[in-house]
Amino acid sequence: MAAPIQRRSLWAEGVLLLLIGLFCVFPFYWMVTTSLKTQVVALESPPVWWFTPTLANYWEVLFVDKVGPALINSIIVAVCTTALAVGLGTPAAYALARFEFRGKTDLWFWFITNRFVSPVVLAFPVFLISRELGLRDTHLALILMYLTFTLPIVIWICTDQFRSIPRELDEAAMLEGAGQWTIFRQICLPLAMPGVAVSSILSFIFSWNELLFAYILAPKAAKTAPAMAVTFMEGYDVPYGKIMATSTLIVVPVLIFALLASKHLVRGLTMGAVK
Amino acid sequence: MSFRVPRRTIAAFLGPAVAALAIVGIAPLLYAVWKSLHYFNLTKIAQQRFVGLENYGAVLTDPVFWQAMGRTALLFIIAVPIQIALGLLIALVLHRPGLTFWKTLARLSLVLPMATTYAVVGLLAQVMLNQKYGVINQMLGWIGVDAINFIGDPTNAFIGVVIWDIWQWTPFVALVLLAGLSTVPPEIEEAAKLETKSNWTVLRHVQLPFLIPSLVAVLILRTADTLKLFDMPFTMTRGGPGSATEFIAVLIERVGNRQFDIGMAAAQSIIMLAITIVLARLYIRLFYREVR
Repeated sequence: MAAPIQRRSLWAEGVLLLLIGLFCVFPFYWMVTTSLKTQVVALESPPVWWFTPTLANYWEVLFVDKVGPALINSIIVAVCTTALAVGLGTPAAYALARFEFRGKTDLWFWFITNRFVSPVVLAFPVFLISRELGLRDTHLALILMYLTFTLPIVIWICTDQFRSIPRELDEAAMLEGAGQWTIFRQICLPLAMPGVAVSSILSFIFSWNELLFAYILAPKAAKTAPAMAVTFMEGYDVPYGKIMATSTLIVVPVLIFALLASKHLVRGLTMGAVK
Repeated sequence: MSFRVPRRTIAAFLGPAVAALAIVGIAPLLYAVWKSLHYFNLTKIAQQRFVGLENYGAVLTDPVFWQAMGRTALLFIIAVPIQIALGLLIALVLHRPGLTFWKTLARLSLVLPMATTYAVVGLLAQVMLNQKYGVINQMLGWIGVDAINFIGDPTNAFIGVVIWDIWQWTPFVALVLLAGLSTVPPEIEEAAKLETKSNWTVLRHVQLPFLIPSLVAVLILRTADTLKLFDMPFTMTRGGPGSATEFIAVLIERVGNRQFDIGMAAAQSIIMLAITIVLARLYIRLFYREVR
């Protein structure tokens, strides 16, 4: 009696899993296949599923339409802001995990609050300030502004990581006469590398995906890939294949990173409220 | 026990991060507050003058602002319950034992939508929802539905944004709820399943109490992120047609960047910031009790 029922529910479960997978993955399938279509094939109505693929769109967007330089800008900005966030954030995280001082919780909450602030609130004042300082359309402006979300992520995840390192290690080193900085650099930071890696990946993903600051602060020379993708939609003859080729180039690196950090993405998005 | 460390050491560890975040996060806010008290339009810089709270009065009585707020609320009211319902279903399926390999695969595929560049989601929406060339209309055709003009029609464009918001954030809700389900002590769950055959009873009386924190987290974070929502509707429709998909962040961008009225945009964003801070306080009070 029980066996057939169980087998049926197993089937139902399998079908549901398949639907979940299709729901998540199908848009990517369509993105990649469209990127391999010529404009003529892309404008078939109804859309075709089988066709001769071509890499012409990739060639064109990378070398003719300046998506190549935009991707390089994106890499420069995302890597630099991540490095800066780790450099500034890990000592702060160590202090939050190890030292007691007044105003600690307020400081902690301020870091978390940044997760909620919309970039549109900061974009215009920063636009005006960067114009005054001659930082408009530079990588530096974006690198600094991206700290508003990368630094809190690094601090949050690394604080958690430092807390998990036994204090006895610090105490033993202290008895040996090591200073706080030495203990941090030589003992705790190497042990906290998993947290540093996870927070770096998350910082990279969030900076890579950012559009609003990039769109407003870096219109030309420092234009990042997502801001570049937006400009494709302007004009009449919408080049579907090229748009999807650009999208693929933008999305593939973050998807790889997301899969690498798949267990921690939710932790990053909820600032640790959900583990 | 805690170490006794001199204040100088603490300052040396924390100072750089705090200073950096104050410069990029707080200084622009103060500047925005200052500008929000001025008439300041980039095309009429000579007319800049101090107007006190006039911009705030104008924003709070501006129907366009409230319509954008209303649209943002409507998006939340429609999309989030669907995300929670679908997300809960997905989480329950993944939580059941068996088919481990396939469940790992499904879980990995769930990570993809929420990591996707939001601007690219807007582009995907454009391409897949197109009336003539879009694959979604082709699929609707298979089940006998006429092609829908998703991008050009106000109501349909709004529905388009809802669909893609659901696509991108249902996986997030599912994984948060799945984490919540794993906080139910296994022995309680086992005992309940021996008592009753009804999955619904187990969910309602055993699992739901453990899911409440996850649900609250989802509601607060989705509220904050819906208020932030800019990239996807902007790349998909630029807020149009008309103002059908002009959500609050898109409106502020238009006022500041395309009408150059920085004073007004600043006032709008400060009002939005006030809402945001209330949300953040609530979130912190509920979820970070242990750090105090």
